[in-house]
Parts: sequence; structure tokens; C-alpha cells
Amino acid sequence: MSDTQVIPAAMEAVARPARRSEWRSAYLGTPGNALVTLVCGALILLLAKAAFGWLFLNAVFDGGSDACKQSSGACWPFLTDKLRYMLFGFYPFEEQWRPLVALVLFLGACGVSMVPRVWGRGLLIAWAVVILPGLYVLMAGGILGLTAVPTSKWGGLPLSFMLSFVGLAFALPLGIGLALARASHLPAIRVLGIGFIELVRGVPLISILFMAAVMLPLFMPDGVTIDKLLRAQVAIILFAAAYIAEIVRGGLQDVPSGQFEAGRALGLHYWQVMFKIILPQALKKVIPALVSLFIAFFQDTTLVTIIGLLDFLDTVRTALRDPDWQGIAVLEGYVFAAAVYFLFSALMGVYSRFLERHFNTSYR
Amino acid sequence: MKRKFLALCAATAALMVGATAAQSATTLETVKARGKLICGVSLSTPGFAAADDKGRMQGFDADICRAIAAAVFGDADKVDFVLTNINTRFQALQSGEIDVLSRQTTATFSREASLGIDFGPTVFYDGQGLLVPKSLGVASAKELTDAAICTLPGTTTSQNLTDFFRTVGGKFELVVLESPDENRAAFYSGRCEAISSDRSDLASIRAVANNPDDYVLLPETISKEPLAPAVRQNDSNWRDIVSWSVYMLMAAEEKGITQANVDEMAKREDPEIQRMLGGADELGKMLGLDSKWGYNIIKGVGNYAEVFDRNLGEKTKLGMTRGPNTQWNAGGLLYAPPVR
Repeated sequence: MSDTQVIPAAMEAVARPARRSEWRSAYLGTPGNALVTLVCGALILLLAKAAFGWLFLNAVFDGGSDACKQSSGACWPFLTDKLRYMLFGFYPFEEQWRPLVALVLFLGACGVSMVPRVWGRGLLIAWAVVILPGLYVLMAGGILGLTAVPTSKWGGLPLSFMLSFVGLAFALPLGIGLALARASHLPAIRVLGIGFIELVRGVPLISILFMAAVMLPLFMPDGVTIDKLLRAQVAIILFAAAYIAEIVRGGLQDVPSGQFEAGRALGLHYWQVMFKIILPQALKKVIPALVSLFIAFFQDTTLVTIIGLLDFLDTVRTALRDPDWQGIAVLEGYVFAAAVYFLFSALMGVYSRFLERHFNTSYR
Repeated sequence: MKRKFLALCAATAALMVGATAAQSATTLETVKARGKLICGVSLSTPGFAAADDKGRMQGFDADICRAIAAAVFGDADKVDFVLTNINTRFQALQSGEIDVLSRQTTATFSREASLGIDFGPTVFYDGQGLLVPKSLGVASAKELTDAAICTLPGTTTSQNLTDFFRTVGGKFELVVLESPDENRAAFYSGRCEAISSDRSDLASIRAVANNPDDYVLLPETISKEPLAPAVRQNDSNWRDIVSWSVYMLMAAEEKGITQANVDEMAKREDPEIQRMLGGADELGKMLGLDSKWGYNIIKGVGNYAEVFDRNLGEKTKLGMTRGPNTQWNAGGLLYAPPVR
């Protein structure tokens, strides 16, 4: 254990020169270093100047698509005209405060849940009983005087968040269960676990979505349809679970088997050993891998466009096809989408590093 | 435990019986019971079905849906749009997820014969064409030799080109690009000499060029693409409703009935207009509709010309001409059977 902690500390010392003299020698120490620094600095300046010019100096701030056609800069009117559509898709215009409130509440709840002090069973129950059902009611309506909005009209950013975050929230326990099944000593359970994981991992997400969207309804009795969004959500949960299972399995294998045996020797039940001894260590080790997967899934949900759901990137793409703006604001649309995806992906990355530090100190 | 299992079985059986009962109802009954028409449209094809700034579905295909909703409910807004794409459109219809598919779909023999669907009347006559820069100095597709032609992926598009150039004995090089944006950019930048797609699509590509007059649409139409709405097979009452909602749009244009003058026209003595707008006979009752169904359609969406001009016509950015989509008595292909 002690070895593994010395190495990161040493690496950190190398990566972060502490004093000013070290900075100077790192960047300007030799003629070669100085040259690289100068070239990179000039490039950064040039890029910043071009970006500033595009975003502000040459940009069009009001007017229509014709003004944008003439200008070489960014086209802000496109973003302001299309913002609500890009964020909320086909959700009825007068009711769009609902997805907005849902989005803010969801992000707020996520922010609060990130603080280690509030972790506990109560938080889990709050999510399961209050937050998720509450958000669903807010979006779907039909009671409490809210007009009903069918899921076929949901779209944009709320849909992206729902598919990826709710998907991963359900996939995580399922994935852990699958990882335990795969490591089980009971052959039947192990074979089932391996079978499921390999089957799902051996098939691209697109085909699973297709199965859910195209094949499944044909197997249903006539007249019975399961909501398309629910089908896509379940497909994403199953797919993510298989990948999470393999990541968790890596963590499980890293915990010496002596710990499991010691737990059993103390008279603890299998589940007690797993939940109190093995999993806390295993999960801690796989945080970086899990977060990478989460970020990837946040972006992969864009694939749902092939089964006729419009997530955030797709609402941006379809906004670009509006004849008024076609071929005029392509860059603006994609830059906007990239900025939003980058923001949330970067937040997840920052939080992952925070978690790693947090666990390192508390278990030292 | 056993009791629970039995209860579960009973519940499942009840669900299935309920479901079967729901299916044995006709589409019209299902739609009326639901209080809304569910219409499958494309994700985003400007002019045919695309969201406006307020996220409201607009376009030619969407208005066909509204016309059917107006015929059934007397209210053109009682329609929910479900987005379908090329891969899921027919399945959505087969599984009952949508009541009608109005999605730039070409009616063909094999689709009608093997997919368990029926097509309504053609609402838009399209065909594959070729767009070239004027500077190329070509007046006919037959003069294109060894040209690089940009297309979107899709077997029929390239198949049609191959067939066409084989019959005229020319050669061409296919440049297939995945997205419409790339396709357009490749054409404007001169990577290909021509771009091939449905003529309606080419019109919009030309419309967004920096200078549309630099490009010409060649006269040849190398394939027939009659776009028609589709319904599930074996429900002729529902198919009749969809067909006659479309015919009503065409007949109204022929008779000069518009959204604006429909109230005044309803007072005219002309017997055919009386039959269409529900003044004299109660024709709508034969289809299980309100006797004012025709009036409701025109009041809700206007006639064919109005629907076309609003979404695709020369005043829009797409700037399409009517082409073959004009009335039969003006040399076009629109020919609604008599309403009597």
C-alpha cells in the first residue's frame, strides 16, 4: 500500500515546479526551451486574437441571417433566435419554463449531492423518492394543474441529461452486481454474468438502440406500445452496465483475496464482506476509469437521433438546417454545442480528481 | 408467493386482452378515443417538417397531418408529431406508434406489397435531378462526361445515377459524403462538378448559395419519386380518410376555395362546393366524420396551393416552383376525384 502512495507524490513534485526559479528554468532554461516557449506563446496569442475577433470584433449582434451572411464573424442572432429550440427541442413553447426549472433543480441537486458531507442513505432515498419523481412530474405533467406533455416532445439538453445521468445512475448498481456475478464462485451465476457482459459488449450501442426501437415493438402484442424514450433509456442502462461491470471487475481483482478470506474468517456474511471491505476499496481505485466512461456516455447519448429522439446535439444540428440559417451559422451552432459539452465534461473531470484526493486522505 | 404469481398472470392476461381489444378497434376509433392524431414526420427537413424558432412543427408534411386532424376533430392543432427517421419510419407505423406516416416517403411497389402498409395519394411529385454551376456550361445531364458527382449515402440515389449514365452511355465518378453540410460544402468548393439529389432538395441547396444565379438545375429528372402519406394495411376507412383529406386540399384549390374565403364560399349555390363544404349532402358521415369535415380542413390549413406556397413556394427561402405539382387543368399532375 505504501508504495502506491509514494509514487503519485513524487510525480506531483516533478509536474509542478514550486518556485519561480524552477519555472524560469523549465520554460526559458535552455535556448531550445526558450524557443518552444516563444513559438507556443505566439501561437496562443494568435489564436486568442482570432477567437476574440471572431466572437466580438467582427461579430454580428443583431439583424437577421442576411447580416450574418455578409460578415466573417460570429453570428449571435442565430444563437438568440434558436436558443430555446436548441435547449428544449419540441417541448411546447409556453411550457418551456418547466424543463428549465427541471434542469436547474437537477443540476442543483447534483451539485449538493457532490459534497461528501451529505452522502448517506438519506440522500439516496431523497433522489429515489423526491427528486427523480418530482423532475418526471414537472416534465411530463398531467397532474397538479400542469398540462401533459408526451415524451415524444421532450428534447434538447434535458433529454441528454436524462438519458446519460439517469442511465448511469441505474447502470452503476446493475454494473456492480454484474461484476460481482462475474467474480462469483457459483458457476451458474458466473456464466450468466459473463454471458450478459460479453453479449452486450460485443454489440455496438447503435444496434442495441435499434433493437429497442425497431425490433422490440414487433414482439409486443398488437396495440401495446412501450414509450420510445423508456425503451432507449433501458437500452442505455443495459449497455452502460456491461461496461461498468468490466471496470469494477478490474477494481475487484486489485483487492488481495486475503481480505475476502479474512472477512469470512471473522464471521461476516458475503454481502457484508463485499459492501464493507471489498467494494469501497475496489470502487475507489476505478474512479478515473468510471468518470471517463461517464463522460463518454454523456456524449454517446447523441446516437439516439437514429431512433428519432432529439438530444442536445441533434437539436443544434436541426436548428442549423432551418432554411433561414442554412449554411450560415454552422460554426456558431457547433461551437455552442461544443462549449456546453465541454463545460459539463470538464466539471465531471474536476469532480473526479476531487474524489480521488478526498478518498486518498480519508483512507490513508 | 404462488398467489402473487397467479395475480401477476391474471394481470398480464388482462393487459393482453385489453390490448387486443384496443387493436380490434379501427384506427379512427382509436384516434377519436385518444383525442389526438399521432403523425410520423421527419426529424428535420426544412419545408417538409422542421421546427420553427418556437419548437412548433412546420412544413408541408406537417400540414398534411394537420389537414387530417382537422377532418377528424375539426381542429388542425389536435395532432402530436412523432419524429421518425429513414430506418424507423415503417416500423413505427406497423407497431401502431403512429396513425399515419407523412414523411417524404416515396410510394413504391415493394413497399406497398411487402411492408404491411398502404399509401395514400401522392402529395408531392419529386424526382432526382442534378445541379451544376453555370460556369460549367452544361445544358443537359447528357453533356456531363467524367464528372465527379456529389451525393448523400443511399442506394437509390447512386443506383439511379448509374442507371441513367448507362442508358446515355456516359461515365461519372461518385463522391459520397455523409452529411448534407459536407455535401453542400464539397459542391460549392468545386470538389464535384455536380450534385445529385431530389429536385426539392436541390432547390434548397441552390437557395442558400452565396449567389443562387451561379447555379442551374439541369432539366432531366432521372427518377420518379412520388411522395405520399402511408397508413397501416387493411383499414380502408382510415385510408379513405387520409386520401380524401389530401384530395380535399387539391379540390379546394381547383374550386378556388381558400382559407380566407371559405366562409363566403360555403354560402355559394354551386352544388359541388356545397358537397365539399358540407352544406348539402352529409358526405362526411359516410367516412365516420363530421359533415363539415371539408370546411374544417380548408379553415384549418387552407388549400393545396396555400400549403405549398407557405412551406415550399417561391416566397420562402426554398423558393420551389410548382413544377408537376400543379392542377391537371394547368398541365400538372394534381387530379382529385370528384367529391360526390
